[in-house]
Amino acid sequence: MEKILVGLKRVVDYNVRVRVRNDGTGVETDGVKMSINPFDEIALEEALRIRDRGEASEVIVLSIGSVDAQQQLRTGLAMGADRAILVEADPGLDALSIARTFKTIVDRDGIDLVLLGKQAIDNDNSQTAQMLAAMWDRPQATFASQIATEAGKATVTREVDAGLETVEIDLPAVISVDLRLNEPRYVKLPDIMKAKKKPLEQLAFADLGIEAGPAIKVLAVEPPAERARGVMVNDVAGLVAALKEKGLV
Amino acid sequence: MSKILVIAEHDGSALNSSTAKTVACAATIDGATIDVLVLASEAGSVAAEAAQIDSVARVLTVEHADNDKAIAAVLAPQIAELADGYTHVFGPSSTFGKDLMPRVAALLGVNPVSDIMSVENSHTFKRPIYAGNAVARVEAPAGSQVVATVRLASFSAAPGGNTAEIVSTRVNAARPSHTRFLKLQSAASDRPDLQTASRVVAGGRALASEENFEMVYKLADKLGAGVGASRAAVDAGYVPNELQVGQTGKIIAPDLYIAIGISGAIQHLTGIKDAGTIVAINKDEEAPIFEVADIGLVADLFSAVPELTKALD
Repeated sequence: MEKILVGLKRVVDYNVRVRVRNDGTGVETDGVKMSINPFDEIALEEALRIRDRGEASEVIVLSIGSVDAQQQLRTGLAMGADRAILVEADPGLDALSIARTFKTIVDRDGIDLVLLGKQAIDNDNSQTAQMLAAMWDRPQATFASQIATEAGKATVTREVDAGLETVEIDLPAVISVDLRLNEPRYVKLPDIMKAKKKPLEQLAFADLGIEAGPAIKVLAVEPPAERARGVMVNDVAGLVAALKEKGLV
Repeated sequence: MSKILVIAEHDGSALNSSTAKTVACAATIDGATIDVLVLASEAGSVAAEAAQIDSVARVLTVEHADNDKAIAAVLAPQIAELADGYTHVFGPSSTFGKDLMPRVAALLGVNPVSDIMSVENSHTFKRPIYAGNAVARVEAPAGSQVVATVRLASFSAAPGGNTAEIVSTRVNAARPSHTRFLKLQSAASDRPDLQTASRVVAGGRALASEENFEMVYKLADKLGAGVGASRAAVDAGYVPNELQVGQTGKIIAPDLYIAIGISGAIQHLTGIKDAGTIVAINKDEEAPIFEVADIGLVADLFSAVPELTKALD
């Protein structure tokens, strides 16, 4: 296998407690820490391990969105990716257009394997991998917790509701990764310095000749319904009494 | 007038209850006509179950050896072909539906809607974002086909008692051989299924070992409950992955949820928000689980849980 393409989405950091804006237009992102979507970081780690085992020659990271996503791409390069591509676009670009953008790069650069996070932790959609695989007419293996590659094939263990499913897929293919696949490496300072010299190509979505949408329109964003404040009991007897009162035991 | 195709989830012999929940969501769209599609190697028993679901007009079956396992790349082109004439194509937001429906949407050239939690009208829905810390009202383009997954914790299964017509169908779509099922490993269990159980007892990292998790099983068995776990407990290897509850695991809505030694990370809470009553037992009184608990007990779980199990005799 030659080339692995990894998607890196810039999202509100995993540890930030998000707050819905009062005007209902979305969640507060001003002054909020932004990071690589954690599932995408796992995808990149896996790509680097495959390359470092000598089973691929190049790892390319791609981000689609605001120019600020350069930061996440630089982090990806510091982790060990060989080169980066930024496609500047509206950060709210629709999923079809995102998948089409991936397809454009896949065709242009002759990609053998696309590794993506199973979902982005901002909109929780879980769509891009499956849509790209459909447009490419290639296999998809979603929610991967184990990946083994060999000549022209990959064996993937998937985390499904019933347990662990193992499938064999022909390459090229798209794999979306789950949490337990690996633990991403920490970036060291010398790697950050080295990453500054690695190539970061900038493209504009508008120049790719892709027709956007029609998108799913977000009409409003609101806070979730609050649960009523509960009661604290002092001991197990109190707990049993409270459960009995609610008719639960 | 909405015409909705619901994709049935099944294991080859029995229908998954996610199908009746997906039908229940579809039925909230005004004036909807609902057909259920069963893709299988042998559809007989599954189709018969689907025909009993209330509000279902017809059950379509496509039988083929290649449909024996749910491989999205095989099923999606068949669904896209049969979607002609339907205004909506719905599937459950289980790993089956999450894997399949976006592939169907891409073949149909539309953007999918993930995790519908409520329906406002035929093209406007509410769905959770940011691990359920915000809710988005979204609108699919007027006049376009809607391909969506349904958040199962938001809907009760449509009742049975129906006798819908079963129609055997053929498709021309190619069935690619580039994806091959090898095996499925499931931890066999006689306990109620986590996703559908009316009571769930779940354990977290504080259990500290696989052996100690035994006390969670004991309490669950006393209550006739299903068993769940936090991500931390799964990562630590105390229980298998299919027990994980939360943003990236199962989203559940039992009548009673008992969280034992679970601190309550946002990602876990999103999986239990729709539970009827949440009980938390944790020795850390600052644990975020107490912010959502209806009944909280600050106690050492190693004494409190056996005591509770005994008290329920």
